[in-house]
Amino acid sequence: MAEHAEGHQQHPLAIYLYIWLLLFVLSTFSYLVDYFGFQGLVRWSLIIIFMLMKAGFIVGIFMHMAWERLALITAILTPPICLLVLIGLMNIEGEYTTKTRGQYFDEPPQVSRIVEGHEISH
Amino acid sequence: MSHEMNAAALPAGVTGVVTDWSGDKQAFQVPWGKAMMWIFLLSDTFIFTSFLTGYMHVRTSTTVPWPNPSEVFALTIAGHHIPLILIAIMTFILISSSGTMALAVNYGYRRDRTKTMLLMLATAAFGAMFVGMQAFEWTKLIVEEGVRPWGNPMGAAQFGACFFMITGFHGMHVSVGVIYLSTVAFKVYRGDYESRGYEIVEIAGLYWHFVDLVWVFIFALFYLW
Repeated sequence: MAEHAEGHQQHPLAIYLYIWLLLFVLSTFSYLVDYFGFQGLVRWSLIIIFMLMKAGFIVGIFMHMAWERLALITAILTPPICLLVLIGLMNIEGEYTTKTRGQYFDEPPQVSRIVEGHEISH
Repeated sequence: MSHEMNAAALPAGVTGVVTDWSGDKQAFQVPWGKAMMWIFLLSDTFIFTSFLTGYMHVRTSTTVPWPNPSEVFALTIAGHHIPLILIAIMTFILISSSGTMALAVNYGYRRDRTKTMLLMLATAAFGAMFVGMQAFEWTKLIVEEGVRPWGNPMGAAQFGACFFMITGFHGMHVSVGVIYLSTVAFKVYRGDYESRGYEIVEIAGLYWHFVDLVWVFIFALFYLW
């Protein structure tokens, strides 16, 4: 804990310069993922990994969260966990909506394939 | 026991509310302005996540193909067709501004007023550049590509609504940040914080880094996804 009596954050310049460089490198990597046209699982994993690394360095070092006391860290970083629940629920809901749309709005052949086995004979 | 006695001695009503919230019970060992800025940023996190979640929902639920951002945001520079180049440049500009801001906070605590002010003004200038490029991007999309909040010629109709809402709200934050940083830079130059201390530069820095942080998520989830 590099905390001073005045309660403010003072760290060597080298840390900031190093993180700054690292953010540039990570952003370049993110861009190259698109430039080289990676697709599928590789693309999603690389994008998410670079995104989370950048977010971690910005919050931890630039915003000094790594040196704050645990009371502040928990107060700020635990509430967003609720958001993961929202994201999870909306993802399930999105998939459900897609299936519903596929069932009711698509061209007839696909509809008959989906309701296969539940055919009502008149 | 002493708890009950204390409660009886405390004032009731509105005065009691103030007493309870201010009664020598400091939870966060940081300047109050910094704690308040963090709480504001937490609420802003919820707003931006709601936007991004809404975007995720419409994107997963639409049966029409989503316009390819890599192509939509491509530019032709000197005869070369480069995908997503404008957004990449905007990303680098915003990261540059984050670096100058971090250095400004450092020099503020060293009480180097000139360097702090210059670094903050550089940060604000990078921010203004970012907003300028965003205005260019919006103009290109609206005028040349015909993107509207209710539809576009390239695919799913929801693309425009998501794009204008998310980048517009972020751009508004950058614009407000430019004004905020310029104001604080002026006050640093004038020497307003010589007696009060330079925590305010760090608090302004928190806001600016947050704006960059949001862009990291928008860049990954909207432009690269």
